[in-house]
Amino acid sequence: MVTNLPTKIETRDLNVYYDTTQALFGIDMVIPKNQVTALIGPSGCGKSTFLRSLNRMNDIILNARTEGTIRIDDQDIYASGVDLADLRRRVGMVFQKSNPFPKSLYENVVYGPKIHGVRDRQTLDELVEKSLQGAGLWEEVKDRLEKSAMELSGGQQQRLCIARALAVEPEILLMDEPASALDPKSTARIEDLIGELRENYTIVIVTHNMQQAARVSDYTAFFYEGHLIEFGETQTLFTKPGNQQTEDYITGRFG
Amino acid sequence: MTRHLRREIEKLKKKILHVGARVEESLQAAMKALSEFDEEMAQAVLDGDREIDALEVEVEEDCLKILALHQPVAIDLRFIVSVLKINNDLERIGDLATNIAERVQALVPESQRITIPGDIPELARRSLLMVKRSLDALVEMDEAIAHEVCKADSAVDDLNRKMYRYAEEKIATDPAHTGPYIQLLGISRYLERIADHATNIAEDVIYMVGGEITRHRL
Repeated sequence: MVTNLPTKIETRDLNVYYDTTQALFGIDMVIPKNQVTALIGPSGCGKSTFLRSLNRMNDIILNARTEGTIRIDDQDIYASGVDLADLRRRVGMVFQKSNPFPKSLYENVVYGPKIHGVRDRQTLDELVEKSLQGAGLWEEVKDRLEKSAMELSGGQQQRLCIARALAVEPEILLMDEPASALDPKSTARIEDLIGELRENYTIVIVTHNMQQAARVSDYTAFFYEGHLIEFGETQTLFTKPGNQQTEDYITGRFG
Repeated sequence: MTRHLRREIEKLKKKILHVGARVEESLQAAMKALSEFDEEMAQAVLDGDREIDALEVEVEEDCLKILALHQPVAIDLRFIVSVLKINNDLERIGDLATNIAERVQALVPESQRITIPGDIPELARRSLLMVKRSLDALVEMDEAIAHEVCKADSAVDDLNRKMYRYAEEKIATDPAHTGPYIQLLGISRYLERIADHATNIAEDVIYMVGGEITRHRL
């Protein structure tokens, strides 16, 4: 337990395999609510696998197998009978490469809510404004909601994807390298946004950029070769890590 | 990228040790100037301080450069921050050596009429040893040596208090020579402050090695 804050996600003895290769080994982790938790580690360390297991995105990978438990607000998300569409509404995801649909900005944002059955135009309008506001994009695009999402800049597209994730009113946002394809200014915009979003959401972010992890997160988890090596307050981890492997990795001595 | 950082850190380590060596030399020369009433040597200490000041600026610039360009973390960050502070302490020790040299110059005309009490060289020996050991602790990243330095400070404080009583007594019994005794008391105080700076350095080493800020607690 790294904190006294309320728990949002708890994993117990989480093991994930791809075919016969084990990607995660017995991960026990308690992710606090309304905080930003960063996952760091070298390529292949299991951090993305861990992230994807939190909304069962690994289910769609052939031959992926998950053991152990993951609880979100005390609900075992791997229990039989869990509604995956509902789970992924609660646990939204933003990817490395922005992937807007080739539709209007408006249609991009209402895509999720419509799937979940929202039809009322006024409700949808409100959701669009609220989500774009939440993603810090509203002021830039409010006069051209009918334009194609493909006309936006890379940074704007990524914020649109965040707005799209917010539109279904999730509780958790998973972000997989959300700024790695962006220029420094757009990256700063996304980082600021993460800081604002933590008020209302629990955020788990995978990043290769350690300075970014240090800047945006409250807690940091260091993964190495499928093991959770160290998990703690970001400030402590970056000034005084408790584990030699963490120290070696963040100071660039290996990895 | 990281090899650059390693190289920069090695260079910085050498440079801060060079500052330390220069400061030690300066302090030793100031004390030798006192024991031999050597005005020229005292002047050399005063002249040499400019070099120490220049080195201090150089070390600080190197630290800022590393912070800005490499954004070090963990032990590397603690090392850079410690060097920034140690650099400052060393420069102050250098200044105190020049203060001693100035007092020596004031004492030279009186050299026939006063004797230097044995506590002064003893204070100097202890303070200098603390400076040396604090630098050893830095080079070897050795917390045990650093703790030793911190502990040694109280004996220096005691000697300084003893010097105060000595000067008080002398001034009372030999009011004609008030001036030289005040100069000697000044030297004693400078040496005591040098020991304080050595303690600061040792505390920074303890922080650097263990990540624990012990200042004001030891």
